[in-house]
Formats: sequence, C-alpha cells, structure tokens
Amino acid sequence: MSGRAPRRTGRGFVAPALIWTLAFFMVPFAVMAAMSLATLDGRSLVWGLSADNYARILTTPYLRRAIAVSLEITAIVTVISVVLAYPLAWIIAFRVPERWQRLALVLAVLPFWTSYVVRSYSWLLVLAREGVVNQALIASGLIAEPLTLANTRTATVTGFVHFFVMLLTLTIYANLVQLSPNYRRAATDLGASAFQTFRHVILPLTLPGVVTGAFLTFVLCIGDYVTPQILGGNNELTVPQVIMVQLGRRADFPLASALSVVLMGIVTLAYLGSARWLRLDRL
Amino acid sequence: MTRVLPWLYLCLAFGFIYLPVGALVLFSFQDGSLPVPPFNGPSLKWYGAVLADRGLMAAMLNSLVVAVGSSAVACALGFLAAYGLARHALPASGLLRAALIAPMTVSYLIVGLGLLIVFGRLGIGLSLWSAGIGHVVINLPLCFALIYAAMGGQQVNAERAARDLGAGEWRVLALVTVPMLAPAILAAFFLAMTFSWDEFIIAFLLTRFDVTLPVEIWSLLRSGLSPKTNAVGSLVFVISVILVLGLEVFVFRRRRQ
Repeated sequence: MSGRAPRRTGRGFVAPALIWTLAFFMVPFAVMAAMSLATLDGRSLVWGLSADNYARILTTPYLRRAIAVSLEITAIVTVISVVLAYPLAWIIAFRVPERWQRLALVLAVLPFWTSYVVRSYSWLLVLAREGVVNQALIASGLIAEPLTLANTRTATVTGFVHFFVMLLTLTIYANLVQLSPNYRRAATDLGASAFQTFRHVILPLTLPGVVTGAFLTFVLCIGDYVTPQILGGNNELTVPQVIMVQLGRRADFPLASALSVVLMGIVTLAYLGSARWLRLDRL
Repeated sequence: MTRVLPWLYLCLAFGFIYLPVGALVLFSFQDGSLPVPPFNGPSLKWYGAVLADRGLMAAMLNSLVVAVGSSAVACALGFLAAYGLARHALPASGLLRAALIAPMTVSYLIVGLGLLIVFGRLGIGLSLWSAGIGHVVINLPLCFALIYAAMGGQQVNAERAARDLGAGEWRVLALVTVPMLAPAILAAFFLAMTFSWDEFIIAFLLTRFDVTLPVEIWSLLRSGLSPKTNAVGSLVFVISVILVLGLEVFVFRRRRQ
C-alpha cells in the first residue's frame, strides 16, 4: 500500500499469530502425523515409517466397526437435522410476523448456550429408565414397562439432533431471509403452487446454505466424543471414543494418532464431496 | 388445516428444543436425591450443595481465568494479524490467511491430541496453562476472521490522517484503529470467552490437577443422575445466557446505531 507502511512492519504484525499457529497447531499436527507411523514395542515408542497402525485399522474388526458406526451416526444425524431444521427456519422466516422473528430465533437457539457436557446429561434425565419420557408414557397408560432409551444409538442421535437442529435453523434462516420476496411473488404469479415454488425456486436458491450447514454438522458430529460417551453407552463405540480408549488405558499414542488422521481424511473427503456447494465464507 | 400446521410444528419443535433444558432446570430444584419425576419441591438445597463444593467453585474460577486469559491473547494476536494483513501488502497474503484459519477445520479432539503428544515429548507438565494455550489455538482463527472482516476501508483515512499528523504506528493503532474496531473486537472476545468457558475435550486432555468447570462436571457425571449436576448445569446455563445477552446488548446494538 503506501510507502509509509513498509512490508517489514506488516510482517511484524502477522508474526505473533503465525508463530502461535505454527508452534501450537501445525507442529503438533505434524508430530501427530509422524506418530501415526511409529510403533509400540512393549511400552516404548519406536519412530519410523511403518504403516502398521493403518493396517490394524483396516483389519481389526472393532476398529473398522467404529469407523462404520461413526459414519452411520453422522449420516443419520445430518439428514434428520436438516429435515427438521428446514421447516422450522421456514416457519420463522415466512410465517412468524416480522416483529416476533428475532425473538423466535433467539428462543430457538437459546439452549445452544447450555454447557456442552450438561446438554448431553440433560437428555439422560429425559431418556433414563425412570426419566421424563418413560414416566409420562407409563402414566398415560401407553406402556407398562419402561423402555430402554438411554445408552442406545437412538439416545446419541437424539442428543446430536437437538444440538444441530438449533445450529441449522440459524444458518438456514439466515439464507431464507436473504432471498428477495420477488422470487416467491414471481413464482406465484406464474401459477406455481406453494410446493412447486419451494421445490423449483426456494430450495435451489438456499441449497448452498443448506449444504454448508450440513457440512458443519458432519464435521462437528463425527469428531465429537462427549455425546456418544454420555448417551450411547458402551455397546458400540465411535472413532473419537476409540481414540480416547487408546489414549487412556492403553497409552497407544501411535494408534490414536492414526485414527485421528483417518478422521481428518474422512472430513477432507466430505469437504471435497460438497465443495462445489460450500460457501464457508458466508456463514 | 394448512393454517394450523406451521404453528403446530413450531410448538413441537420448541417442545423438543426445551424438553432437556426444562428437565435440567426443573429438577435442579428437586427435594430428593433423584432428578426424575415426580417433582418434589421446590428446594434450593442442591444449589447450596454446589456453592459449598470447593472443587466446583475452584473449577468455575479456573474456567473463568482460562476463558478471559485465552480470549484476550486470541483477540490481541488476531487483531494484530488482521491489521497487518488488511493494511499492508504482504507477499503470499492468501496463504497467510489460510494458515491462520486452518485450526478451525480440525476437530478439537485432534488439536488437543497433537498438543498432548508435543507437551509429553517436551516434558512440559499439564496445567491450566496448557489448556489455555489450546484454547488460544481454537479461538485465534475465530478472532482473526471476525476482526479482519470488520476492517473495512472506512478506517484507512482516519489512520492516514493520524499518521500525517505525526503519530507513530503504535499510536495510530492504539488511538485510532482499536477504538474504531471496538465492537468487532468485543464481539470476538465475548464469543471466544463462551467457547473457552464451555470447551471440554481440550481441557480434559491438557489439564491434570487444576481443572476447568466442564472437566469437573464430567467427573460429577460418573456418579450418575444427581440434582446437584442439574443445579450446576443450570447455573452455567444462566451465566452463558448473561454473556450472550451482554454480547447482544453491548456489542450488536451499538453496531446497529
């Protein structure tokens, strides 16, 4: 820019943040990647370029199962969350009177700010054997014996969906209100039904926002340890849970690192798969 | 039918969203040892138990210190980087921006694991400091992006005028740029604070004896359902809501004016 502000000063301003990111993010990440190629000999670490850990992930049934479970749960959660959040965002954007919209939106995302750990615990209160849902169902005479709801995949999915419906409602709402009302008016004038307007006009226009939200959901969901650990029980483990098991009892850092790299790989694939619709800069 | 349907859906959705929070808050007032129906009470005894719990209170203070400290560092570093990149033509500035944003794309578990390995190799003990370092890593991209986005052209002329009047680079920064960008900096600070305050997995991996509140709550969960956990959860919820409302009132309202 101007000659008064030489490049060296500019670099000086960026340097602290850059050094921090290098020292505490990129170097640790590189060390972790190197660690995934190391092996354990008894309890001592042998650095090297071994693909053993990755081979173990591919061949050990319980590790393969964890990847499958993580992918299944994440896919289910992403689809259900989008399907539930879209109508909610739609109703807040187009049905709720304008002066109440902001309030409705704030109310819809307020529980987002409960502590993450506590939010999963709250679902335990609702889904436990003596919890709210079971007691309500028994009191209404619909069931005689309490259902097993907690410590199941259903509980994990419910906890996740609760969190991501709020997130997606926010992002989809932001997309819907950006649309000019003229699109809807023009479609109606040309004789489109409400559904046709949605299917051929609104949905394609909001697709980038929806895909961006869905991608965010995918990334946050597949990397989360807390929700499956609290709500899912120990019948089936997700990848983050397996990573934590390796870190804890076994202190198998190489395998934990390899699993983390696999997790990163999955996220990268998801990114590449949805890149043409993603608008990460417009969140 | 089609008139009622949207409102019915709205009510159901809000019911779903508030069901767990409602159960959490209601049974924090339970007069008994199980936070499940039937509700007896209201009683404040579990709030008393929380306030009397030294571990929880210490953890709450730790969380507050880590949140304020790490957010301040993240904001300062983010602001300087945003200033450097917005006001100076730097070689490879696109690459620099990408490097600063990169931690946002990686899950917290992996950020924490990387730091855990490096601290372990270097023989650095785990403490609130290591957790704070991790929180700066995850909040720096956020602070940088928010402040960088707010650095429009409108401040450039004021900065140039100050320089023409003889102010040095740091005085321009402190007396012109920072005050003009205060809303964005405050927004970044508050948001970073709520993230750090609530962050679990990095703090879990990187602390040992002194822990933050989410980690302390995590160890409470091992004893199963308890109204005490409800009480501390409700307290955290109220504090977070106050933080968010503070953000809304002080930062966003001022920006709109």
